[in-house]
Amino acid sequence: MTTTTPERDHRSTTQAPPPPRRGLSWARRLRKDWWIYLFLLPTILGYGAYTIYPLLASWWFALLDWPGFATAGTFVGLENFERLIGDELFWNAFWNSLVFLVIAVPARVGLALLLALVLNAKKTPFKGFFRTLFFLPVVTTGAIVGVVFTLLLDAGGPISLSLVWSGLIDSPANFAAEAGTSLFAGIAVWVWKWLGITLIYWLAALQTVPQSVHEAAMIDGAGAWAEFRHVTMPLLVPFLVIITLIDTVAAFNVFDLLQTLTGGGPSFSSEVIEIFIFRTAFQATVPQLGYASAAAVLFGLITTVFALAQGLGMRWARSRMGTS
Amino acid sequence: MTARLLTRRPSTRQVVTVVVLAVLGGMWVYPFVWLVSASLKTSPEIFGRGLNLLPETPVWENYVRAWTEVGFSSYFINTLIITAGTVLLVVVRSALAGYVLGRYDFIGKKFLIGLFLVTFFLPEGYTIISITQLTDQLRLLNTHAGVILGLGAGGQIASTLLYAGYFRRLPKELEETARLDGAGHFTVFFRVMLPLAWPITATVVILTYLYAWNVYLLPLVFTLSEPDLRTLAVGMTVFVGERSTDWSGMAAAAVISLLPVIAVFVALQRKFVDSIAGAVKQ
Repeated sequence: MTTTTPERDHRSTTQAPPPPRRGLSWARRLRKDWWIYLFLLPTILGYGAYTIYPLLASWWFALLDWPGFATAGTFVGLENFERLIGDELFWNAFWNSLVFLVIAVPARVGLALLLALVLNAKKTPFKGFFRTLFFLPVVTTGAIVGVVFTLLLDAGGPISLSLVWSGLIDSPANFAAEAGTSLFAGIAVWVWKWLGITLIYWLAALQTVPQSVHEAAMIDGAGAWAEFRHVTMPLLVPFLVIITLIDTVAAFNVFDLLQTLTGGGPSFSSEVIEIFIFRTAFQATVPQLGYASAAAVLFGLITTVFALAQGLGMRWARSRMGTS
Repeated sequence: MTARLLTRRPSTRQVVTVVVLAVLGGMWVYPFVWLVSASLKTSPEIFGRGLNLLPETPVWENYVRAWTEVGFSSYFINTLIITAGTVLLVVVRSALAGYVLGRYDFIGKKFLIGLFLVTFFLPEGYTIISITQLTDQLRLLNTHAGVILGLGAGGQIASTLLYAGYFRRLPKELEETARLDGAGHFTVFFRVMLPLAWPITATVVILTYLYAWNVYLLPLVFTLSEPDLRTLAVGMTVFVGERSTDWSGMAAAAVISLLPVIAVFVALQRKFVDSIAGAVKQ
């Protein structure tokens, strides 16, 4: 994703209209640049209110016993966190989120890479057509896809029937409605829905492998696999890091699909953290906003760890890619 | 090698590739074909005729029922208003911010960019309670404006950075010439710079349109007590809860909800794909 590196900033100062003015005092600069802040005002206001404030406020809310937006909460200290640590359903949701991540992300990244290699090959016909097909679910509404798949996955529906017909299962089954398979049904639908966007990432990455590298490998008599293993793959490693990280963060945003496909059930077997938060805050007879905030804070801390890992990974990937 | 490249007949490998791709592609497109077929069947027919995709006689009445009786006409209008408002808000906000971030140096710039990057990937589930509380405080909870602000006022950093990246590359002579003609900062921006940035505007419009049309959690929470404000995605799940066996109605409602995004995608597919590839490459 877009980042602004210090070097580029420096270049832009020499290019942009006002020349460097190190000599001006802060007060004079602020007065001279008033219009810049006016341009930024909508972003500063909106970002402050809708991104920064919620981030900080949820830490405060996590310390409250707060039974609804109409009432004021009472301060209870770390009680919510203590309760969370002993809450089996929280850890169940946490575990499900983790399983989702560990299976869905590699499946999505790996399958998309295989497809991208095939669709990037010169000799493959109808490339654009297939790319469009795989991309189609990406533009659709997750919540609606979830509902549609409840019908498709019904024991009497087409997926179950074709599996029986092809001999893969003995009797009709609804994978989304059984505790043992519901989470995996969710993973499969998620990979189906989002594969196309990862495919586009990979195709963009493959464009950066120069044609001359391919020709050199051909002259050396390298086979397709050897070329991929020793020539293409090393060039793709930085992209692998970035794409995996983007998809990892995407795997934290699965509420729409899972809530509509399984609702977290049956008996919490596919309940991920986001559904846990939603259920605690908005679906309980007495809303537990403080408790849900505490779960969100804990969840946020975990994703921050991932984001930090991502930041480090990005930096490493960028250094591998050189100046590009 | 060269001999094989020159032959006209497709090689075995090519044939295998196409067959595998066709099977996979079939899996990707089948749910949509099935959906359209189900929307034209009667509810018992959907699960009663095995894998047969053709309805006995097309039941167009399903669409009428979803549109009028179930209320998808008002869900559609709500989604349209919310999407349009969000797209407008995001374009104006991120173009203004992207312009000064991309072309000028000012006190606090590094801080602002640092803040953007820290919060770049914040999952929506994390802030939904605070955003609902804020919207409640602002007395906007059951309004379109509340949903639009919730979707477009924060976040959307990718759009800002796309504009910043584009404006940074434009030559500085553009502003100097306009400035000589006596134009102020705002005239320069709206008359010269913003029109020049139309490729980015197109990208931002597409990405925001997809986001706002498809979003679920925030409109769901904001409209829990206000059925008149439901969007298509929310309305769909309410439909499932209230008429759980009207499968053909659901299918018709799903087609109604997905048609606008799929139609725009099919019409502008190259731009869609380039938008996403471009946003990633940076």
